[in-house]
Amino acid sequence: MIFEDEPVPGYPLPILPGHTSPGRLERILRAGQFAVTTELAPPDSADPEEVYQRAKIFDGYVDAINATDGSGANCHMSSVAVCALLTRMGYALVMQISCRDKNRIAIQGDILGGAAMGVCNILCLTGDGVQAGDHPQALPVFDLDCMSLLLTARTLRDEHRFLSGRKLTYAPRVFLGAASNPFAPPTEWRAQRLAKKVAAGAQFVQTQYCYDVPLLKTFMSRVEDLGLFGKVFILVGVGPLRSAKTAEWMRANVPGLHIPEAVIKRLAGARDGAREGRNLCIELIQEIREVRGASGVHVMAYRQEDSVPDIIERSGILRGRLPWYPGRDPQASGPRSAA
Amino acid sequence: MYALRVWSVRHARGLNAFYRGFETVLVGLHPLFKRLGYERLERPVAALERSVKGLLFDCRMCGQCVLSCTGMSCPMNCPKQLRNGPCGGVRDNGHCEVRPEMKCVWHQAVAGSARIAGGREALGQVQLPVDRRLQGRSSWLRVARERAGAAA
Repeated sequence: MIFEDEPVPGYPLPILPGHTSPGRLERILRAGQFAVTTELAPPDSADPEEVYQRAKIFDGYVDAINATDGSGANCHMSSVAVCALLTRMGYALVMQISCRDKNRIAIQGDILGGAAMGVCNILCLTGDGVQAGDHPQALPVFDLDCMSLLLTARTLRDEHRFLSGRKLTYAPRVFLGAASNPFAPPTEWRAQRLAKKVAAGAQFVQTQYCYDVPLLKTFMSRVEDLGLFGKVFILVGVGPLRSAKTAEWMRANVPGLHIPEAVIKRLAGARDGAREGRNLCIELIQEIREVRGASGVHVMAYRQEDSVPDIIERSGILRGRLPWYPGRDPQASGPRSAA
Repeated sequence: MYALRVWSVRHARGLNAFYRGFETVLVGLHPLFKRLGYERLERPVAALERSVKGLLFDCRMCGQCVLSCTGMSCPMNCPKQLRNGPCGGVRDNGHCEVRPEMKCVWHQAVAGSARIAGGREALGQVQLPVDRRLQGRSSWLRVARERAGAAA
């Protein structure tokens, strides 16, 4: 969809009534569109070109790009820096903040800095334990947890002050998100945990990979019973599996990832596992689109980012919509005429 | 001790009832504590609290105890020190992602809370960021001082 108040890339959109951010993602969701987000794996490099190239892959297919913050407790370019590079080009970013590496002083500074650069969406995460990554010797910080991080961000935005009470002269206008894993034990309490996150300030959530739609539906009906529909947008995580072997490895080694046996069997039975994995992903996206309560999908294709456009294209979920990307509207890139 | 910690969650109802009574006594003792001086009592009481709660809950003396809200499962034993619920990494068997030999403290908390009247609601309370200055200080004395102060 084309907004008529489309700004020069890198400039903020006006904040619409009832919105908390000038961001595209919030606009798409509040307009009732089925949103598509994805994840950019920050490079192990200091070259900005690598970041631009990784973002370009998604041009025209996604409404926002998550910049991960040391995901899996592995060291990469910081999410703040990725956001700095890409917001200048007008991209809509979801800046991930993990509590593992920074205390509340650093985190609040990053929220202000991120918003100043044009970050409109912040995803508040606890983060993986340091044991999961390539620096298990590191000090795990965890000064805040995802919930108190949400509270902190909301305090900055809505009360215009730091946790200490010190006033801000200009508050960060951000749309606040969190993660949710409907598929990990205790599954019966996962909807309540989401309710808690909403109470702490979450306006949208992105879930862990979903390979089990019936389990997702059970979760959604609990979410509905708690009266959360309309209070939070739920973007369901999806991603292509490369082969039955990778799926089994992921199931065994990625904590909190739930892959039913039937999925692995299907991949194992296919001649081209990767192709089957993409087909499965497309089918899941189409099924999820019909699930009550699903406001969008979050496509995570780690090391298979190239496959994202094809998956989104073939799934047909954009229904002809062309998400913004640098250069989409040639007339908007120059100074605006009074239209 | 881990085994006792698991036992405590199984007996969350009784322990919570005991603590309710104990808290009333603590608040009742406020005038005495005040006369003796809270700061003077800090070290001996904290030492006592550390040994009792350390034994029963593997207490880490965060100084702002939330056991009543977490089904008697101490959240500070979570390797990520989560005070608001389980992370997404809980294993299928309900064990911890970081320490696979340990039951997830939040998986335990949900079970413990189910045994306490009003436990589910308590579990739903959003816990504020921890005040790290209170590390090592007595939660009991803080409760006595704050509750008595609130009542006055």
